[in-house]
Amino acid sequence: MNKMETMTGARALMVAMEKEGVKEVFGLPGGANLPMYDEFARCNIRHILVRHEQSAAHMADGFGRVSRKPGVCFATSGPGATNILTGIATAQADSSPMIAVTGQVPVAMIGKDAFQESDIIGMANPAVKYAFQPRSPDEIPMVVRKGFYIAETGRPGPVLIDIPKDVQQKEASMIFPDEFKIRGYHPWTDPDIAHVERAIEMLLGAERPIILAGGGTIISSAFAELQSIAELLMIPVVTTFKGKGAFPENHPLSLGPIGMHGHAEANKMMTEADCVLAIGTRFSDRSVGTFEAFEKRLKIIHMDVDPAEIGKNQTTSVAVVGDVRASLRIMVKMLMQKAIKRTEENTWIKHVKETKEYWKENLKLHPGEMGAAKILRKLREVLPHESIVTTEVGQHQMWASLFYDVIQPGTFFSSTGLGTMGWGFPAAIGAKVARPDVPVVDIAGDGSFSMTENSLATAVLEDIPVIVFLLNNFTLGMVAQWQRTFYNRRMIGVDQGKCPDYVKLAESYGAQGIRAQSMDELDKAIKTALTSDVATVIDIPIDPEEDVLPFVAPGTSLADMILPS
Amino acid sequence: MWAILTLLVENKPGILFKVTHLFRSRNFNIDSISVGVTDNPEYSRMTITTYGDEKQVEQIVKQLDKMIDTIEVKHLDEHKTVYRELSIFKIKLSNANDSMEVNKLANAYGGKIHDVRKDSIMVELTATPDQIRAFEELAKPFGIIEVARTGVAALQRSGA
Repeated sequence: MNKMETMTGARALMVAMEKEGVKEVFGLPGGANLPMYDEFARCNIRHILVRHEQSAAHMADGFGRVSRKPGVCFATSGPGATNILTGIATAQADSSPMIAVTGQVPVAMIGKDAFQESDIIGMANPAVKYAFQPRSPDEIPMVVRKGFYIAETGRPGPVLIDIPKDVQQKEASMIFPDEFKIRGYHPWTDPDIAHVERAIEMLLGAERPIILAGGGTIISSAFAELQSIAELLMIPVVTTFKGKGAFPENHPLSLGPIGMHGHAEANKMMTEADCVLAIGTRFSDRSVGTFEAFEKRLKIIHMDVDPAEIGKNQTTSVAVVGDVRASLRIMVKMLMQKAIKRTEENTWIKHVKETKEYWKENLKLHPGEMGAAKILRKLREVLPHESIVTTEVGQHQMWASLFYDVIQPGTFFSSTGLGTMGWGFPAAIGAKVARPDVPVVDIAGDGSFSMTENSLATAVLEDIPVIVFLLNNFTLGMVAQWQRTFYNRRMIGVDQGKCPDYVKLAESYGAQGIRAQSMDELDKAIKTALTSDVATVIDIPIDPEEDVLPFVAPGTSLADMILPS
Repeated sequence: MWAILTLLVENKPGILFKVTHLFRSRNFNIDSISVGVTDNPEYSRMTITTYGDEKQVEQIVKQLDKMIDTIEVKHLDEHKTVYRELSIFKIKLSNANDSMEVNKLANAYGGKIHDVRKDSIMVELTATPDQIRAFEELAKPFGIIEVARTGVAALQRSGA
C-alpha cells in the first residue's frame, strides 16, 4: 500500500496521469475544468491548446494510434463535452486508445439543467469503451489507473472521465494504487493452440488461400509475424483499408486493400480465393461488400482479440480468439517446427502475380499531368519511408489507399470506421507530438480540411510542423462522384467555390502556404515542406471531375467492381 | 427462438441503462427484464428474455459479456432452468357465478385471490410465461380490467 497524501481532486488527476507517463494533453479550458487547468502550473505535463474540442480529441487519437499509449484530451462541461463526442466516437470506431477528461457541473447541480451542464456520461455511453464519473475526490487516483488500463488493453478504445467541479476542488487523502482488479474485464484470452493447428491445416489444404490483414494487425504490431506466415506459406496478402500498410505494399505478395475503393487486383483475387486467414478485422461492409456473397464462397479463419467480433458479420470456419500477434507467433512457431516452407510457385501464386502485373499496366488513370495517381506517387517518391501519413475523409483518402504505397508497416492512419471529415489534420498534429523525429503528412481534401483547418493555430503556436498535402478540387468530391454516378449528375450542395485561398489561409496563421500546379512545383513544394520548421499547406488544384476508380457500389459484392472506362 | 439470459452485474447506478442501451444500439429487443440485488450486495442479477435466431442470441450474449460491468452472462437452456414470472390480474365480475368460476380457474393454475369486490377480483399468479398466457386466455371471457407482469426471474438447476 502506498502512503496517503492530502491534495485536491484536480491535483490527484495530474499526479495520477504523470504516473501513467502522460507528457502532453490536448485541450481547451472552460468554467467547469478550471481547477484542472490551474494544475498545469504545478506539473510536468505540457498543455497543447486547440481551437475546437473536436480537434483535441482527434489529436489525442492520432497520438494514441502512433504511440500505442492513450492520448489525453481535456474539455469543459456542456458544449465542450459534446464537442469532443465526435472525436470519442471516431476513436471507438477505430479501436484507438484515448482518455477524454471533461469538467462537469458540481455534484449538487447535476440534474438541475445548470449552465453548461450536459449528461455526457449518458450521451457518450454507446461511443466509449468505459466511462467514469468520480463523485468524491479520493476516487480519482483509482479511476485514472483503471481508465488507462481499460483504454490500452485488449481491443483499445476511448475512456471518458467526467469530473464534477467540486470533486476537482475538494481535498482528500489520496492513495495512488499499484494493484487493482476489474472483475468483469478480461482483455486477453490465450489463443487456443488446437484452433491454430486447424487453421494451418485449412490453409495448407486450400487451393487458393489469401490473407486478409485488418486494423488489428497494426494495433498489435504483428508485422513481422504476418510477413513470416505469408512468406513461409507463399500466400498473397490483401488488407482492409484500416489494415493498409500492415504488410509492405512493395512486397511481391502484396495486393493492397480490398473494398469499396480497393485495388482491382486485390478485389479480384479476394473473389477468387477459397480460404481466407482474416486477422484483426471486423468484416466491415466497406471492406467485403455484401456479407452473404463474401461468406458463401469462402472458408474463413478469423483471428481477433475481441470474441464478440467472431461471427458478428461472417460465419467462420475456425476462430482464434486472442491478441493477433500472439496467435500469429504460435502459427509461425508451428510452421517452423513442422519445417513447412513453400518454395515453388504454384498455379495460384502465378495467377496472382500475373493479375497484379496486368492491373499495374492496364488500370486507366487520369490523363492530365495533375491526376490523383501521379500526385500521390510523387509524394511517395519524395517522402522517406518512415514518414507517418494520416488522411482526411473523401476522394483523396481513397486515392491515398490506391496510389500511396505504405512501405514501412504501421505508418498510415485514417478515420476508417466512423469516416470523420476533419480528422486527418489534428490527428497528424497528435502523431507529430508522438513522433517528432519523423515527417508527418496529412493527405487532405479541401472539404474535409476545412472542417478543422483552424488547427493551423495549434500547429504554428505549439511549433508542431506537420504537412497538409491538399488535393483541392473545390468540391465535396466523394459526394459529387456519387451524384455523378447515382443521381444523374444533379450536383447539389457540393460546390465549395474557390473559397478560401488555402495559401493565404495558411499564411494568415503564420504557417507556410505553397501552391503546386505542376509536377515540378509539387516536387519542390514537398522538399521545401520537409525541411521547413513550420507547418506547411501544399495546395494542389486538381480536376473536380476526376472519379475514384475502381468502385464497388454500396450493397453489391466485390465481384461487381466498376472499373475506369 | 425465445431465449432466457441471466446476467450477474455490478450493483452500481447506471448499469441497467447500459444494458438496455446495448440492446437498442445493437438492434435487439427486450421481451422482459427483471433486476434484483443478490445475496452479495455488490452484485445484481438481471434476467432478460429476448427473441432472436441462434446467431443473434450468441451475438448479444457476447456483446453483454464484453461490457466491463457484467461479471457473468449466460444463455440458459429453459429445460434445465427454473424460471417464473409474477403476474397480477384484475378481472371483472359480471354475475353471481363469476366469483366462484374465477376462483376455480385461479386454483387450477396455483394462483392466489386478493381484493375481492362486488364487481372485480384480483388474482396473483406465479408461473412460466406460457402458463400466464394460458391463464390470460381463459380469463378473457370474464373481462380483464388490468394486468401487471414482472418479467422472468431464472436460475439454472444445480448440476445442469
